[in-house]
Amino acid sequence: MNATSTLVTSRPDRSLTTSDRVARGLGWFSLGLGLAEIVAPGKLGKALGLEGKETLLRAYGGREIGAGVWALSDTPAPAIWSRVAGDIVDLATLAAGLKGADDTQRRNNYIALAAVAGITVVDLLTALSLTAEQSERKGETGRDYSDRSGFPGGAAKARGAADAAGQDPIPVDFKVTATEDRLEEQKKALEPA
Amino acid sequence: MRALVWHGKQDIRSEQVPDPEIEDPKDAIIKVTSCAICGSDLHLFHNYIPAMKPGDIVGHEMMGEVVETGSAVTKLKKGERVVIPFTINCDECDQCRRGNFSLCERSNRNGELADTVFGHRTAGLFGYTHLTGGYAGGQAEYLRVPFADATHIKVPDSMTDEQALFLGDIFPTGWQAAVQADIRRTDVVAIWGAGPVGQMAIRSAILLGADKVIAIDRLPERLSMAEAAGAITINFEDESVVERLNDLTGGKGPDKCIDCVGLEAHASSHIDSMLDRVKQATMMESDRPHVLREMIYVCRGGGVLSIPGVYGGLVDKIPFGVAMNKGLTFRMGQTHVRRWTDDLTRRIDEGQIDPSFVITHTASLDEGPGMYRVFEQKQDSCIKVVLKP
Repeated sequence: MNATSTLVTSRPDRSLTTSDRVARGLGWFSLGLGLAEIVAPGKLGKALGLEGKETLLRAYGGREIGAGVWALSDTPAPAIWSRVAGDIVDLATLAAGLKGADDTQRRNNYIALAAVAGITVVDLLTALSLTAEQSERKGETGRDYSDRSGFPGGAAKARGAADAAGQDPIPVDFKVTATEDRLEEQKKALEPA
Repeated sequence: MRALVWHGKQDIRSEQVPDPEIEDPKDAIIKVTSCAICGSDLHLFHNYIPAMKPGDIVGHEMMGEVVETGSAVTKLKKGERVVIPFTINCDECDQCRRGNFSLCERSNRNGELADTVFGHRTAGLFGYTHLTGGYAGGQAEYLRVPFADATHIKVPDSMTDEQALFLGDIFPTGWQAAVQADIRRTDVVAIWGAGPVGQMAIRSAILLGADKVIAIDRLPERLSMAEAAGAITINFEDESVVERLNDLTGGKGPDKCIDCVGLEAHASSHIDSMLDRVKQATMMESDRPHVLREMIYVCRGGGVLSIPGVYGGLVDKIPFGVAMNKGLTFRMGQTHVRRWTDDLTRRIDEGQIDPSFVITHTASLDEGPGMYRVFEQKQDSCIKVVLKP
């Protein structure tokens, strides 16, 4: 059975795809943003018209750090999908911050909305791409290998065949439990001279 | 030459690199005809084993034809077919003379680093981090073999590459796992992980005459391959491993437990395995030892735990009090490959076993990086990949 081209990545000579690399970039971005939200929620809130919502911003920071760590793991797709969901929550929160914001806050908020919208597009494209790559590489699962015993003479004949020649295949220094030989040896050693 | 080169986490590339050269009179160069991706290569792929460097050539399951020998090599000739064991050994040091080839005291050229990290050095390994010598691996067109007179297994002409290749690692690894469990004909043997090493351990336990062999995994294709050899199977996603093992042993637990999983245990519904996943991702724990915990808990008192599965560093929450009170014996270690290979070559030659049963995918060397992803994600029912340079 041979591998087919549908199973390997678009560049079979490289294991890491562009989507994998972007996912890692998004992971580091998440970690940075999450840290900023946890360390300086007051400054962020003031700039974006979200004063008094420091606790909420810290919670978002925790969410970002979780998504960042996950995105840097060997299974990033769910983390990037969680970022897409988080982006939507962020957009809604920023939109709510426009109410009662002064001119400076409003300008900052619009910039933040544009940035989050942009990153949402990147998140969405990356998540779709990672998911598509995984399903493209999936191939047939649950194949039946029940004809592969590995014993040319059959499985029944193989049981216990290792010592069929009468020789113990386990060297003495690999034995854990007492053998009759060793017990005999011990008995002899304990006998008075 | 072309070779598979490690560049970081999940980043392996097929690249043009300089050909290896004889660096020492005891060296030989082989032209690789077949090599394989090992489960423990995935630990490097996921960057869980320390001391890899970008640019390192990976791979430690390989065989080929001798094309050049150093002036001090006397036991190899050009044109001979050889399997190269993954452990490099000198045959002369105290550990080699005891048969502990994976603890060779001379072959690790970064021995001082290993002394610092491990307390005492272990053998040099091909394609497996700078802690074990930083030797170039065999997923390549050519390979330099240090201590070549000792570090080779000659292949009989009658044997195909596919039959012989696994003498270099997974077959003796599965065999040593079973042998060090000291399997007796009355034993119930439980084996966690039905990947390539698990499959070899299952067959070794059967050859050694175990009364019952029980294989534990979650992938139907792997369980079907285990059943083919005569193992009873447990799908841990469908049923409780502990309850089923107790049912199968009249409540006593298996006499011998073999961990063919190691540091990347699947995050199952058990809370400890989920916590391990989080702790490993956040670098609070290097390994995910769910299988170790389960084995300690379910093994019969006075039983033996055999651990061929690779662990890389620190494991948390190991119930050592349970192990102590139950009087369990732990046996583990990298495989002393050459200790077993004369015997195992004979068993293949006599038709007792044909290890090629485990090969599910064959691809070119250039397709290797993509096959790492297929093997990693267990796609297309992939169990073992062989690459042809």
